[in-house]
Amino acid sequence: MGKKALSAALLAATMLTVAGCSGASGSADPNETAVAPLDPGSVSGDITVLTNRTDLVQDKTMEKYAAEFNKTYPEVKVEFEGITDYEGEVKIRMNTKNYGDVLLIPSAISKGDYPDFFAPLGNAGSMKDTYRFTDKTDVDGKVYGIAAYGTANGFVYNKALWKKAGITEWPTTPEQFLDDLKAVKDKTGATPYYTNFKDGWPLAGQWTNSVGSVSCDTQASDKLAATDEPWGEGTDLNALDTLLHDIVHQKLSEKDPSTTNWESSKTLLAKGEIGSMMLGNWAIAQMRDAAEKAGENPDDIGFMPAPFQQNGQFCATLVSDYQQAVNIHSDNKAAARAWIDWFTEKSGYSAKDGVVSALLKEPLPENLEEYVDNDVKMVERSEKQTVQVNAIDDAAEIGLGKQDYRRKLIDIARGAQDGSLQGYFDELNERWSEARKTAGS
Amino acid sequence: MTRTVSTASPPAPVAKRDRPSGRRSRHRGPGRGTWRQQPLRRLTPWLFLLAPLALLVTFTYVPVGNMLYYSFTDWDGVSPERNFIGADNYTEVFTRPEMFRVFTVSFYYLAASVVQIVIALYFATVLSFDLRFRNLFKGILFFPYLINGVAIGFVFLYFFQDGGTLDSVLSWFGADTDHAWLGSPESANTSLAGVSVWRFTGLNFVLFLGAIQSIPGELYEAAQLDGASRWKQFKHIIAPSIRPVLSLSVILAISGSLSVFEIPYIMTDGATGTSTFVIQTVKFAFQFNKTGLASACAVVLLAIILLITWIQRRLVPDEKVDLV
Repeated sequence: MGKKALSAALLAATMLTVAGCSGASGSADPNETAVAPLDPGSVSGDITVLTNRTDLVQDKTMEKYAAEFNKTYPEVKVEFEGITDYEGEVKIRMNTKNYGDVLLIPSAISKGDYPDFFAPLGNAGSMKDTYRFTDKTDVDGKVYGIAAYGTANGFVYNKALWKKAGITEWPTTPEQFLDDLKAVKDKTGATPYYTNFKDGWPLAGQWTNSVGSVSCDTQASDKLAATDEPWGEGTDLNALDTLLHDIVHQKLSEKDPSTTNWESSKTLLAKGEIGSMMLGNWAIAQMRDAAEKAGENPDDIGFMPAPFQQNGQFCATLVSDYQQAVNIHSDNKAAARAWIDWFTEKSGYSAKDGVVSALLKEPLPENLEEYVDNDVKMVERSEKQTVQVNAIDDAAEIGLGKQDYRRKLIDIARGAQDGSLQGYFDELNERWSEARKTAGS
Repeated sequence: MTRTVSTASPPAPVAKRDRPSGRRSRHRGPGRGTWRQQPLRRLTPWLFLLAPLALLVTFTYVPVGNMLYYSFTDWDGVSPERNFIGADNYTEVFTRPEMFRVFTVSFYYLAASVVQIVIALYFATVLSFDLRFRNLFKGILFFPYLINGVAIGFVFLYFFQDGGTLDSVLSWFGADTDHAWLGSPESANTSLAGVSVWRFTGLNFVLFLGAIQSIPGELYEAAQLDGASRWKQFKHIIAPSIRPVLSLSVILAISGSLSVFEIPYIMTDGATGTSTFVIQTVKFAFQFNKTGLASACAVVLLAIILLITWIQRRLVPDEKVDLV
């Protein structure tokens, strides 16, 4: 009797499990565009904004933005939820309907699924004239996200340190860059390049974002979907990863990569104990901040493009950060859209953080002055094929936007793991072409 | 499960005892009388069980059922759409040898758990005798087990850092190693396994200590009268009486070293050849959005652990220990 009842309960549980798997379907109307109201006073409601900037939530910066927002929209109550493991947590929450009203689109969500999760924000044709980076969330002519901000790529470096090593000009070739790093190491004793191997992310997106900086091609990322050899001779990935390999191989990076620390690396760079790091111009504000705290001159923080030139001109990719979107299940879509618009246009966030605004009419931030002066060509990368590229990338288990494959590259370069650079490139090419057969077609 | 069943059965003898009484004549059908007359009596244990069973089912069986179901789909973890693809994920797991290559890392942890059991057994034996500051030492040994695994990961990250705690301690003794402890696969895995020993020795120690202290004191007295040395006492009294606990520890050690996760995940994120099967599974699910494949991996790991436990129980059957 007891046994029977128990197994019945288990069976019931299993049935329930299978039945309960259909997940969140939601009856939200996928065609209802989230439009900001014409009359700010008329819109009311509570909205929850999910953000990865836990630091800004904790130091009440976000609250100040909300107070400012309330001056225009007095009836809207904005609440913030700072999430440390943004990607992991929001992805799981998106299996329910409860994932805030405004959120940043997690990179795990494939583009084809956007219409299931987010309210459309407008037509691509008209939004293109106002915003940068719209094609990143453009699904069948409708745009589902507005970039929080964009960032230009390059190396953050310590100008004073490089000057001390006798270098005043930006290197124009990878060889020259390596020579310069060597000079920094020999003449100043500083660590010329810092990989941030342990934290990992500076090896991931920061390097991959530069795909396009080498070839100066806006289609560089899209082309990955159509090639069997992304690491073939003459490709962007080949050039970038070879550079990283050589930096590590020639011992121009930190001695023990396995215990690096991002937070302390900022101070080390500001103090001139680290020469350079591959990042975006978003990092300059943080570095300057670190310099001030360490009692150093914030103006020593410099930013240079990747050491490649096409026809005597440097190129730097301009890529968008997270895209802000409106939850399709939100009850206050108008208020949510109002927040996004206000945050993008009026908050002054991008100017304050020294990043590129999503609005086309806004000028480039001050920290990119040198890029402008030196005639660095800004390459706004097309994201039309991103869905396919990501699908192939996932199927191949390489992770262009993740750290593991470059960690292995570094391990090979410093001799901690067996293999050669070319052998590794061949393996990556093979995995990519293999994955292309099944995915992304 | 057996425990829940046995808790439900005690009312049965009561029912039997009731049967010869006069009540039976009023109600036809053996045994059913008590059920009709005292439904509460039969129901009570189930009512008590309701809360724990509900919790057990909701938080253990439903998720496991879900996982089983996902393992037969190509779900990416978020998409509302998922296709049933049969055993394809399992085929993939078993046709990709590199997936099992990570189990070589488990040998580091297995070796470490041998060390761990020996250390724990030694201290448990020593501290079971009357010593000064006995409770203090017990506390010191058990303390690491109480610390959260993530915290331990961070503490030891500083410990193994270039110029960190370990390096400075070594330099006091004049040994300037200048060794990147987490820098190469061998060194990193050994260091991580060392952390695992530090963390789990306390658990084994407490298990052993409990078993040792349940041995009646007269046995020692008798042995001492017979002139048995401490070693002989250990060999003939302590060792046989803690065999069940020892075999439990071995099972825990094996399953633990197959499913290592926290320490390497926090400290190295699986880089430099420190990836384990669970880390690999997590990466499938959360980096490459292959939730289906990851679920299949998890099911396979569960099966492997069950299999090893079963084999071990067959090889070393659980004998009843009878000291007296």
